Order: sequence, then structure tokens, then C-alpha cells
Amino acid sequence: MNMHETNISAEKNELTVTRIFDAPVELLWQAWTDVVLLDQWWAPKPWKSQTKRMVFEEGGNRLYAMVGPNGEEHWGLTNYKTIVELERFTGEDAFCDKEGNANAELPVAKFANQFAADGNRTIVTILTEYASEEHLQQIIAMGMKEGLRMAFENLDEMLSATTATTV
Amino acid sequence: MRRDIFNAISDPTRRAILLFLRSERQNVNALADKFDMTRQAVSLHVKYLQECGVITIKKEGRERYCNLEARKLTEVANWLEPFHQLWEGRFKQLDNLLGGIQTKKKEK
Repeated sequence: MNMHETNISAEKNELTVTRIFDAPVELLWQAWTDVVLLDQWWAPKPWKSQTKRMVFEEGGNRLYAMVGPNGEEHWGLTNYKTIVELERFTGEDAFCDKEGNANAELPVAKFANQFAADGNRTIVTILTEYASEEHLQQIIAMGMKEGLRMAFENLDEMLSATTATTV
Repeated sequence: MRRDIFNAISDPTRRAILLFLRSERQNVNALADKFDMTRQAVSLHVKYLQECGVITIKKEGRERYCNLEARKLTEVANWLEPFHQLWEGRFKQLDNLLGGIQTKKKEK
């Protein structure tokens, strides 16, 4: 299986992610909409995605946690708005508590996920729209912080491993 | 008002100007000829880009040359890096998952 490039661009309050996959559109659709498959890839390592409930239909939602290596939990709520089978689905993503109560202080993102068959390949486009440019920047700032934190954790791990071998 | 790289790239004309400058420096008049708008309008965009710190302007005799400050532009790439890491991480796992499912199907 080839590794394809992930293209990301930002314009004002919108973020666009595009990626080609070497699999038919039916399979991509399933990976996004079947909870068992979704939880297997949604969280980047070493985090784990754990879905508490998911109703994939217009007006339905998904309540899930991103679980960190030390058991820390970040909860997310996805509301599904429109679904066109094997083509696209749209909705909103919010941060929430474990009961699914949305956090009003953090930005809500509208998303549109599009799937386009290209022979045996599929082109996936993820459009994320924030209420304002400031909201997008707030999310980015959070991402930066998380990225740095993870980098430091890796460093800690590496340092302790090195120390262990020296001792 | 303090302007940054994101103000610079938020306009299609300014993005086009930056692309023209990618290969070599250009004098402001030559740059203006490439656009279907008044010299004054292009000149304002050039000034704006200068204020954003993504280009520098150097006077040589009567000519004014624009230079791309490439280092400043890489700020954008870094800015999107967390998203890049998040989605690349996810997609790598998705690739593996899809590959696994397809292999299983073939075996059946």
C-alpha cells in the first residue's frame, strides 16, 4: 500500500485536508461510519479513540473520548447533520464532558467530509469551518501546545531509556 | 496595525505576487504589468506585503525590486504543523486498517 501525501491548507476560518487512499470508496465510507473501524484509527498514537455511543444518521451523534497514554480523557461530540451515502456527510464537532454536554468556551467546528471514487482509489476531502479566524487560531494554539507536550513526553521517555542503559 | 503572514496570504492577488517572486526578484513595474489592475492597486498590495514582512523592497537607481522573504513564509507551514501531524497520524493508521481489510477479503 502506498503512502500518499496529506495536503492541508487554511484560509481565514476554514481548513481543508485532502488525501488519496488505495481502497474503494465503500471501504473508506465504512471506516468513517462504522464505530468499530473508526475507533481503530481516529486517535493518533499513542492516544486511543473510545466511542461511548454513536448513531450515524441525520440528527444522530457520536460521543467519544480520546484517551491518552496516562489515562487522560478528552471528550468530543459529533452531531451528524446531512448524510449522502458513499458521497458526503456533514455535521458539527464540539468539545464536551463525558456526559456529552458541549463546552461553550471552546470553538465548535462545522465539517463536511467528501468521498470521491477514482477507480480503485478514493479521494477524501475534509473541510472544517470555524465561526471565525480567531477560533481556528485558538484550535491551532491548542494543537501546538499538545504537540509540544507530546514532544516533551517522547524526550522524557528517551532520556529515561538512556539513563536506564547507562546505569 | 501589526500585520503578519496570514494577512499577507489572505488575498488572491497577494498570493499571486508571492508566487511570481518565488523564482526571482521582480521590479515593481514589471510585476504590475502581470495583473489586470491599476499599477496603483498592485503597488498597494506590494506595500501591504512589505508591511507583513514577507517581501523586502530594494531601490536600485529608479527601479524598485521586490524580494521574497522565504524564511518568513515557512511560518505558515509551521503553523499548520499540528494539523498535519494529527491527520498524518490518523491516515497512516487508516491505511494500515484498509490494507488489512483488503488483504483479508482477497484471501477469502
